[in-house]
Formats: sequence, structure tokens, C-alpha cells
Amino acid sequence: MINGKPLAYLDSAATAQKPVEVIDELTRFYTEYNANVHRGVYKISEEATAAYEEARAKIARLINANSPTEIIFVRGTTEAINLVAQSWGRMNVGLGEGIILTEMEHHSNIVPWQLLAKQKGAHLKYVGLTDDGHLVHEDFRQHLELGGSKLVTMTHVSNVLGTINPVREYIREAHKQGCRVFVDAAQSVPHMPVDVQDMDCDFLAFSGHKMCGPTGIGVLYAKKAILEEMPPYHGGGEMIREVHLYESTWRDPPYRFEAGTTNIAGAIGLGKAIDYLSELGLRNIQLHDQELAEYMHDMLGKVRGVKIYGPANPRTKAGVISFNLGDVHAHDMASLLDEDGIAVRSGHHCAQPLMDRLGVSSTTRASVYIYNTEDEIDRLVESVERAGRVFKV
Amino acid sequence: MSSIYSEIILDYYRYPRNKGTLPHAQIHARDTNPLCGDVIEMQLEVDEKNTVKDVKFNGQGCAISQASASMLTELVKGKTVDNVRKISKEDVLSLIGGQLTAVRLKCALLSLKVLKTGVYNYIGSTDATKEELSGL
Repeated sequence: MINGKPLAYLDSAATAQKPVEVIDELTRFYTEYNANVHRGVYKISEEATAAYEEARAKIARLINANSPTEIIFVRGTTEAINLVAQSWGRMNVGLGEGIILTEMEHHSNIVPWQLLAKQKGAHLKYVGLTDDGHLVHEDFRQHLELGGSKLVTMTHVSNVLGTINPVREYIREAHKQGCRVFVDAAQSVPHMPVDVQDMDCDFLAFSGHKMCGPTGIGVLYAKKAILEEMPPYHGGGEMIREVHLYESTWRDPPYRFEAGTTNIAGAIGLGKAIDYLSELGLRNIQLHDQELAEYMHDMLGKVRGVKIYGPANPRTKAGVISFNLGDVHAHDMASLLDEDGIAVRSGHHCAQPLMDRLGVSSTTRASVYIYNTEDEIDRLVESVERAGRVFKV
Repeated sequence: MSSIYSEIILDYYRYPRNKGTLPHAQIHARDTNPLCGDVIEMQLEVDEKNTVKDVKFNGQGCAISQASASMLTELVKGKTVDNVRKISKEDVLSLIGGQLTAVRLKCALLSLKVLKTGVYNYIGSTDATKEELSGL
């Protein structure tokens, strides 16, 4: 209960609520077989190792990776991007070479590349957006055709607009020019079937906590041949083959990139979350999200003074809707909704370049997931109408 | 639960008092809230006795941040700089009324932080004043 009203949680694009199965599994790990992995020869260590590696295998199956060795456990999408920028990027992107991004990226898919570009004297090139929140394909083609770019990095689904980008097509075009492609799948893997082999991406990353798993665990997928060539990101225990006083050799992927004791409980919890989502079926989840988003889009669109950002056709986007009401500031909107027990996100959503493109300082964002209902959308709409009355829009 | 968006707050937001700029202000400061992008700028003109002759604010952001800035300008006008520095968080919050969550407190207190930054730059800052500002 929030402010005397049942909570309507419409902020799953930020983080998802956790099913009891996931919470129970975390408790079971900590109470029954808590041990470090890959080291102990005793029973519970073996049990922990098996559960940890089983989680890796579940992830590989979920996104149809060729092998679990292509799955690296990281803290989240942000760390995955930094890992690729600093390991693969430092080795492969040189002076004057290009990195192609889009104007709808989350800060986490901008800043690590800015850091790399500074270190190496590389250039960032942006694909612009249409007014209704789609990528300008022509920009992309031009950047590619100019040559000299080594990497394309783009989000699969916009965390602000809900736009689903045609990544498969972009990847095909990028590969023709010899460019590698990184896909930020933080907003897609939790909500729809994703097949990395079909997509043919070189790298893909997502976070556990947005898909009913614990915080602090996420996934970097990369093609095996690429991983094998990449130097370590962090040095430490677990990632070495041999250590001498002045030099060391590395283990094969994925362990080369998992220095120190990793988030074992997190990985196991994520494995459980994948069981949960797979049982529901990712296709069903996608349909459910889409139905609700469509309903929300229609209902909010009818409220006088509401402006919805991004694709006008809700069928072309995921369960994320950004809007503003008249000149009501998004923070005031979110506070008013909170008074009615409705949790939404307000602000720049870690996408300031996108806000600049939209010409706003902030938006209110409502996002849906498996547990949301039409009734909650009705409450949202009612509460937005109340905000309109309060602010006399 | 009563709404933080009282008629008074909305009125100050819609019709801000003392909004604008003072070209001859001796005290001037500006700050932003990086979390939500609220911007507040404060300008104060003082006379030879260090009394605030005129004050203006400028900015953009949510109703709470803008209304509180406008209310604060009314509070400081005619006060001596020494009395302006004594204005507390509680003074500002009582002007606003109602219960604010921790995040919204930052919106409400941004104008006070800006005002004090300007005042301390004018009269000289110490470790104690720096600490006070970082607590706002």
C-alpha cells in the first residue's frame, strides 16, 4: 500500500519486481549451499558451482547463444559496455577511426565510448532520429559508407520511447562494411524473444534486475572468436592460468573476464528468473506488454493536453510510454501520481541527448511488465486527469 | 493524505513573484539539480547597510522548485544580509507546507542553497558554511 492505495508499479523499465521463486532461491543458496565456486572440492561448493554454471547455460539457451562459454557474468549492462569498450575497443579502435551510435542511447551506451574515443583519438558518429522517434536510416548508411568505423553500438529498444529498432537489418549492413555491432538489449531481453544467432550481433548485453532477477548481475554475450582475441578487463583471481612475479597468462573465456569472486547468488537468482519467464513464455510476455501499452497509449492519448513521445503507432513499440501533460513538469506529475499510489519514472531517463532532440527537459515514463493490468492503466489515466485539474491544464 | 500541490504553491508557480534579473546585483549565484535538471538563479541588490533592496530569481523546473524560489525572494527582501544567512531549511519548508519525500526536498531547497551560496561568496565562506551548503 502506498499512501493508503494499492501500489500500481509502472516503472519496470527501471527495474522489475521479483517473483517469490527468485527470492526463495536466493534464500536457499545463502542458507543451504553458500560456497565459493570453482574452488572447493567439498559438496556445497560443487553444488554452488553447478548452479552457477547452470544459470550460464540457461542464459545461453534464452538468447540462443552458440555455447555457454559466450556468456560472461557482469554487474549489469553498464559494466558489459565498459568491458567491451576497454577490452575490445582499446585493441581495435584506433586514431581517427569511428564509433557509430544513435541519439536514443542511454548514457551507459554513450559515456564508455566517449572515454574510449578520448583515449584513442577516435570519433563518435551519431545516427539521428525522426520526429516520431525512429532512427534515420540514411544517417546510418552515410556513416557506414564513409568508412573508417570499427563499431556500431545501438539499443535494441529505447528506454524512453519504446522504439524497437531494426537491429537485424542494421547489423547486416554494418557487417558488409566490416563493422562489429554491439546491441544494448537491456529493454528487450526481459520483454521479447531475442536470438543472437539470428540477429548476428557481435556483442549483446542486458541486466538481470530488469527481468525479475536480482540487482548487480547482468550478462555480456559475445561471439566466441571475438572473446578469444580480447584481453582481460579486470585482473585478479579466477581469470588466470598461471601467475608469476612479473607476468601471467589468462584463462579462456568466459572466465578470463570474471576476475574475483563473482555475484554467485545473483547469477543463480537470474537463472531462476529465466525459468520463471520461460514458463510464461517470452512471446506471451511480449503480447501482454504490447496489449497493455496499446491500451495505455490509446487512453492517455485521449486525455486533453497529453503529448506522447516516440512512435505514434503503439504496435511498433515496446511497453514503454513517455509523455508530458501541458506544461506540467514531469517531477510534479510523478509526485501527483505517487499520491495516488502509482509509481512511474520522471526525468531525463539517463538520455539527455534524446531529451535535447525531443526539445524537453524531462518526461514522465510509464512502463509495463508481466504483473500489470488494465485496471492499473485506468488508475494511471484517472490520476493524470486529476493532475490536469490540479494544474488547470 | 493531503497533496503537496496546495493552491498557494500552484499560484506561485503560475504567477511567480520577483522573477527576472537584476543587472546591478552584488550577490549572484546559480545552481542546478543534476537529478532532475531544475535550475535556479538568484540575484540580490544590497544597500550600504547591507540590507536587501531588491531580489530576483530566474530558473526552470518543477512547481516545487520554482514556487519555493519565488516565496524565498519575498522572505529575503528588506532583510539584512546577516539575517538572510540565518534563514533555515525549516523556514523554507514551512512556507511550502505539506510533506515532501527526500527527493522532492532537494527541489524545495535548491533555491535556499543558491541563495546561501551567493551570500557566502559575498561575505566570505568558511568550512562551516561549506558544510552547511553541502547539507542542503
